[in-house]
Amino acid sequence: MFELIFLLLIFCIIGALVAVETRDLLSAIIALGAVGFGLSIIFLLLKAPDIAITQIVVEILCLVVLIRATISRDLTTISGDREFFGMIATVVLLFVAFLFGLEVLRELPQFGAPLFTKAPGAVTNVYLTEGLAKTGAANIVTAILLDFRAYDTLGEATVLFTSILGAMAILRIRSRKKVRD
Amino acid sequence: MTRESGMIYALCFVLFMVGLYCVVVKKNLVKIVLGLAIMEYAVNLFLILIGYRKDGIAPIIDGATDAKTFAAASVDPLPQALVLTSIVIGLGVLTLMVALCIRLYERYGTFDITQIRRLRG
Repeated sequence: MFELIFLLLIFCIIGALVAVETRDLLSAIIALGAVGFGLSIIFLLLKAPDIAITQIVVEILCLVVLIRATISRDLTTISGDREFFGMIATVVLLFVAFLFGLEVLRELPQFGAPLFTKAPGAVTNVYLTEGLAKTGAANIVTAILLDFRAYDTLGEATVLFTSILGAMAILRIRSRKKVRD
Repeated sequence: MTRESGMIYALCFVLFMVGLYCVVVKKNLVKIVLGLAIMEYAVNLFLILIGYRKDGIAPIIDGATDAKTFAAASVDPLPQALVLTSIVIGLGVLTLMVALCIRLYERYGTFDITQIRRLRG
């Protein structure tokens, strides 16, 4: 179980490194897809089937959108990164941030012993014990999403529609031509 | 903290750092978008890892178990519900970023951020 999650995480990190370092944009995007699908298997192992399903669907849509951005635009390969010394400084700073982050990880609850098991008054306990009786949903995740925290989901839908509106406003061509004439 | 759990959080953090490195160092706009997507994946995974219970079951009740024993065995459903929201919002954000990339490419003919310097109305 642990070993499988380790292996999949290492696979994800290798896929992310390939996506970051490869020259060809299309291969980078496909490597990102590999990361996403590996992640969805990890979610399945962590007993989160809803997240795994959503991750697969969203990953496919991400790939379609990203390939739309890069298809037939791949001719301009950009050579090199930033300047050498700037890059060294960046890597050193990232490493220092990583070390500080590791110190923070020490204070977290154990993996496999979440916080709500130690706090009897935690809201998760109410969701788990009374979720079925109060909402009638056997899946507690959907009970939280659509009943206990329905306003969150409403806000999510608002954000989603706003971002799509923004994308359409950016991509539309007609009004720009009118301004130019 | 045991070595096992420290390792698994650290690997998740490494994934986040790979994305941050990509955002900071790369000059290609699409690469920067990919880096942001990787960071988002790492954060989502971290939240799910926090809520995992050892030998837990998925938070779905079947008719046979009663609520008390279910609550003593299930993983934390709250991070799962919020990460579900986060994943879908991530898709919307990615769409917006890709739309900006396409528009910038049409205007400048390149994805190189060092070439995108002229300010025009």
